[in-house]
Amino acid sequence: MTTMTTTELWCDRCGESATATAHPACASARQLEPPRFCPRCRRRMKVQVLPVGWSAVCVEHGEIRG
Amino acid sequence: MPEILDQARTQVLGDGVGLDQAGILAVLNLPDEHLPAALQLAHDVRMRWCGPEVEVEGIVSLKTGGCPEDCHFCSQSGLFTSPVRSVWLDIPSLVEAAKQTAATGATEFCIVAAVRGPDDRLMKQMREGVAAIKAAVDIQVAASLGMLSKEQVDDLVDMGVHRYNHNLETCKSYFPNVVTTHSWEERWETLRMVRDSGMEVCCGGILGLGETVEQRAEFAAQLAELNPHEVPLNFLNPRPGTPLGDRPVVEGKDALRAIAAFRLAMPRTILRYAGGREITLGDLGTRAGLLGGINAVIVGNYLTTLGRPATADLELLDELKMPVKALSATL
Ligand code: SF4
Ligand SMILES: [Zn+2]
Ligand SMILES: [Zn+2]
Repeated sequence: MTTMTTTELWCDRCGESATATAHPACASARQLEPPRFCPRCRRRMKVQVLPVGWSAVCVEHGEIRG
Repeated sequence: MPEILDQARTQVLGDGVGLDQAGILAVLNLPDEHLPAALQLAHDVRMRWCGPEVEVEGIVSLKTGGCPEDCHFCSQSGLFTSPVRSVWLDIPSLVEAAKQTAATGATEFCIVAAVRGPDDRLMKQMREGVAAIKAAVDIQVAASLGMLSKEQVDDLVDMGVHRYNHNLETCKSYFPNVVTTHSWEERWETLRMVRDSGMEVCCGGILGLGETVEQRAEFAAQLAELNPHEVPLNFLNPRPGTPLGDRPVVEGKDALRAIAAFRLAMPRTILRYAGGREITLGDLGTRAGLLGGINAVIVGNYLTTLGRPATADLELLDELKMPVKALSATL
């Protein structure tokens, strides 16, 4: 049986490969930023920041919220 | 005590007259050992001429990204390779954002759009949005929509927008290094029309764009000449993909010197912590600024970046025994 991996393929801040290298600067910056790239397909997401929280939409993979 | 602080004690604290450009520069150049005294004096000035209340505001982006202008610090310009994409907020979500803001105790809600100036679609969205907020939420509505025509100024007054934000961003002499698609004078013209309309003027800028200390003093003096009701003070948060994306952040002590200097230039203005304080000052610096001339904060998130939770700021104000300005006091 094969299962879909949920591993993030792309860094959601800079859009570079998340599997090739670690992104400590991006991880740290992300504490005060919403994601910009879809971690599954690397598309730029449509991001709306709200006073409380944010939402980010990938045309292929739908919405995530934080 | 350095001479400039003695002078400021008499002139600014005593008489409520702000420092001129030379005086502001002297404060910006104070050595580290005199910074605590400068902050204490700025705090005394704020308490005497503004009082202990802190004005709390939330902001939201009605139209994000895709701006045709080229402000070199801005991730929302469509001219750079920033990852920020264009997106519009619908009116139910705008009202929800205003409710979230009011729930923190904030009295101000500022609606912001990344545009050179509003087009008919944006003005229509504003008219509907402001009416929907006023019907559902007890909060004052401010706006920041770029450069305006006289008709648009009048329209915003008619909608009940009570304050308009339009930042000069930096001093006149440095502005062409930061923005080339419009001029400082064009921004000034919008501010003049806003002031003449009776709306409150909110005008500040960003420190750390590469300006010299002299230009920082020039900027504070130019703001003092404008005499805005509110001055939002941002510290550059370098955004990936923008021309200023690799600039260093402002040193914490320089940021605090600037807070003291801006307060000593403008004893009566609402001096607001806006973006960038989290990375420039951290928690300790945030506290030092609130005890050094700041008397307003943006709580919650910003337009494209996140802030600390509103509760963290409100707890800090509580601890500092600084009451949040109530709506009744602002009407
Ligand atoms: S006008 Fe405003 S939104 Fe547009 S690039 Fe300049 S700062 Fe950014
Ligand atoms: Zn990364
Ligand atoms: Zn995707």
